[in-house]
Parts: sequence; C-alpha cells; structure tokens
Amino acid sequence: MRSFSTISDLISLAKENCSNISEIVLSYETQKTQKSKKEILEIMNQRLIVMRNSIEKGKKNNNYSISKMVGMNASKFYSFISKNSFLGKIVEKAICYALSVSEVNACMGLIVACPTAGSCGILPGAILSVSEEMGLPDEKVVLSLFTAAGIGMVIGKNASLAGAVGGCQAECGSASAMAAGAVLELLGGTPEQVGHAIALALKNYLGLVCDPVAGLVEVPCVKRNAFAAIHALVAAELAFAGIESIIPPDEVILAAYEIGRLMPKSLKETSEAGLAKTPTGKRIESLMNA
Amino acid sequence: MESIFDIIGPIMIGPSSSHTAGALKLARIARAIFGDTPSEVRVNLYGSFAKTYRGHGSDRAIAAGFLGFSTEDERIPDAINIAFKMGVKIEFVSSNIFVDHPNTLEFEMVGKSGLSITVQGISVGGGNVVIKKINNYEVYLTGNYETLITCHKDHPGIIAKITQVISSKNINIAYMYVSRLEKGKDAMMTIETDDYISSDIYDILSSFSYLNFVKIVHKI
Repeated sequence: MRSFSTISDLISLAKENCSNISEIVLSYETQKTQKSKKEILEIMNQRLIVMRNSIEKGKKNNNYSISKMVGMNASKFYSFISKNSFLGKIVEKAICYALSVSEVNACMGLIVACPTAGSCGILPGAILSVSEEMGLPDEKVVLSLFTAAGIGMVIGKNASLAGAVGGCQAECGSASAMAAGAVLELLGGTPEQVGHAIALALKNYLGLVCDPVAGLVEVPCVKRNAFAAIHALVAAELAFAGIESIIPPDEVILAAYEIGRLMPKSLKETSEAGLAKTPTGKRIESLMNA
Repeated sequence: MESIFDIIGPIMIGPSSSHTAGALKLARIARAIFGDTPSEVRVNLYGSFAKTYRGHGSDRAIAAGFLGFSTEDERIPDAINIAFKMGVKIEFVSSNIFVDHPNTLEFEMVGKSGLSITVQGISVGGGNVVIKKINNYEVYLTGNYETLITCHKDHPGIIAKITQVISSKNINIAYMYVSRLEKGKDAMMTIETDDYISSDIYDILSSFSYLNFVKIVHKI
C-alpha cells in the first residue's frame, strides 16, 4: 500500500509516480478499502454535491440559528455582490460560499465536515469559487478534494484537527491549509508548490485560539470561515508564483502540534476566556442558559 | 484515522460533529442496545453537553437518534416534535456532577414492557463516540463495528463457548471487553467484529442457559 504519514511522503510519492498528490491519496483509499477507483470517486462526488447544495441553501437562507447569533449574512452578502464588486469575483464568491455553508451548519442544515463542522465552509468556498471562475470541470474539482483529504490526514496524524486539542489553528488553520493545497492543484501547481501552499497557510494561522461565545460553533466561527477561505487563496497564489515557505510544511505541522499543546485549556473550546468571556459574550451565554 | 472520508466527511446536519452528530450516534446505539424505541427516556447531560446542548441542538439530535434517524436526516431539527407525536417521552436534565470526559451523556431508557436499561457514553470528536457503561457495567463499543453484547455467568469457560459460536461462523473479532461488578456473579462482554453478525448467532446464544442478556448492535 502506498502509505504516507507526512507531506514530504505525499510529495515524493507523487513525483515517483509522475502524478499529482490527489492520485496518490485516491490510490491509497482504493487499496485500503478494496473498492474500485470509480466507487471512491463517486463517494467523493456525492460530497461535492452536498457542498454545492449547502452553498445554494445558504445564499438564500432566511433562518437564524437557535441562539439567533447567526443567520441572514450570507444572503445579505450574496445580494450585495450581485450588484457591487470591490474585491473581484473569485474572492467575493469564496467569501459568499464559505459564509453560506457555515451559516447552513449553524442553522442545523446539511453540510460536509471538512475536516470539522465548525470549519466546513473553507474548502468549498475556496475550491468552488476558483473552479467556477476558471471554468474547470467537476472531475478536477473532485480530485482536488482528495488532495485536501490527504493534507488533512497528515495534519490529523502529526498535530490535531480538533479545537479542543489544538485550538482554532487545528480546525480553521487545517482547513485553510487543505484548501490552499487543493486550490494549487486545481491551478496546475507542482506537488512541491502544494507543499509550500500548505506551509504558508498553516504558518499564518499558528496560535489561533478557539474561544467561541456560549460554547457554540457560531461566533467567531462562521465569519472566520470566510476569512480562512481567502487566506487559503492567498497562500495558493503565493506558492503558485513560486514563493516558498522557509519552514517546510511538515515542520510547520509539528509547530502547530507544539503550540496546541502549550495553549491554555481555557482557549481550547472550553469558552472560559477570550471572546467568550467579553461582556457581550457573557451576556449572550447567560441568555442561552436562562 | 480510518479513511479519507473521515476528513472530507461525514455528511451531517450541523452545527457540531461532537455535539450534534456524536449525540445522535450515542442515542442511536443506546436505542439498539435497548432493542427498540423506548417509551420514556431521561437524558442526563454532563460537562460541555450540560452547558451547550440547546445551542448545539444536541437535544434534537438525541431525539433523532432514538427515532433511528441518520446524522444526515433533514428531519433532525424537528425530531423532538416527531418523537412527541410518536408518544416517546424524552426528558433532558443538565447535571453539574464532575465526569471524566467533558462530553458525556447518559440515557435512562424505559420500555412499554417495563424493561429498563441505562447506557452511558462519550462523544470523542468528529462524530465518533464510545459507549462506556451499560447498567453500571463497564463496556467498550463504538458503533463502527458489528457488536455482540452478552451478560453471562462469571464462570470459567463461558467466554470460550461464546467465542466458539462466533468462530464457527467465520467471524473475525476486532476488539473485545469484559467486566464484572462482583466475582462469580454476572459479567458483561462486548465483542466488536469485522464481519456481519447474523440473527442465527443471536438464536444460538439465546438458548444458552448461562447467558441472561444477548444483543446484536449492527454497525452504524
């Protein structure tokens, strides 16, 4: 079995086989599950369909979450960008899609966790804005999800994907690194460039804490998904331009692990500090528990 | 990590894989251990569940689990009403008692026949869960495998007799866990297997006099 436990394994396997990282991850899954390539691709395609449905639902969402902290912002942004443009189409779509998916999640709608439910808007926001604006076929988009999955597996193995273990760098940081790598493969970058995109994205989110108001996946999570999608696009474009990360991706991942370990428990999904304990955060929390 | 679809997935109703999807899965396994939808359930919520269950929709997800819904079912937000209409009484009680794991749930289930079973479990992240206790016996099952649960006399050779039945059907055991409350009384065993456990295994084991509880919980 072509097994991998680091980003550098993924890059060398891709180079040995003259393929992309997505192909390595796809063949890993086929060998592990004994399912055909076609079956595995179809399972991933189903996930892409759910992502698109969440975007469509979120753009028109007129519901609020149970706490009422989240809702109607994706539709507000969607109608704004239908008439105005400031940042340009790809960026605006990425923001809109990430907000949509994340809002649908907060309002108990159907989403694909990638890698977590709290960070579910980042990957669809980044890859679908790029693929639509560049007119890329669905086969390529589905393959880019394998690249993202491989990156997520490596981060999960060598650091963490859980806010309770590593803070938000483990959730939105990992999702952004996954999205950066996936976008770079969509753009036609080399496996090494994918590695730099991962390192650049994750490096810039190191130390990000998880301090959600009232312990809910809402504030700051939903809007952070929009920022993290753009963050992924920036990392991808930097790497595509040939800009390299001085610290290699696997070392950045180990740094994320160490920083997560050093981060106080009060800032790892326990809502005992930070935004959760601001006067407004506390007021919302007491309303929720009333 | 089992599969790449644990990273790009699961497909689920939000907002939280541990507090929504995980809560549903715990309730669904508890229902399978009970054998049917119970008529009354008291849900004790501990740790983070006690503080955040309303906002995470954990209560709706738990009701959905008792109705046998999957984590993708779009009826989850309305599950409390659906359960109420079906005559399933579910009560949610927040507890501030300290527990080992921050995401712990306990289900006290009662059926129409008077059967009552209490199941306790934890949500460990990403929608994955572990059932830790059945009626005070320590157990270990995840719902990711086919599982056989037995309560049997704590006498020499009985576990061998049970595993013999399993091996005769060419079923491979992945994990097993045995515990007892007192030496020589009853012991509870959970066996997670790689292969499907068919109902004929239930029939054979049910005929054994030294077993007083047999249940098959299929992979979820």
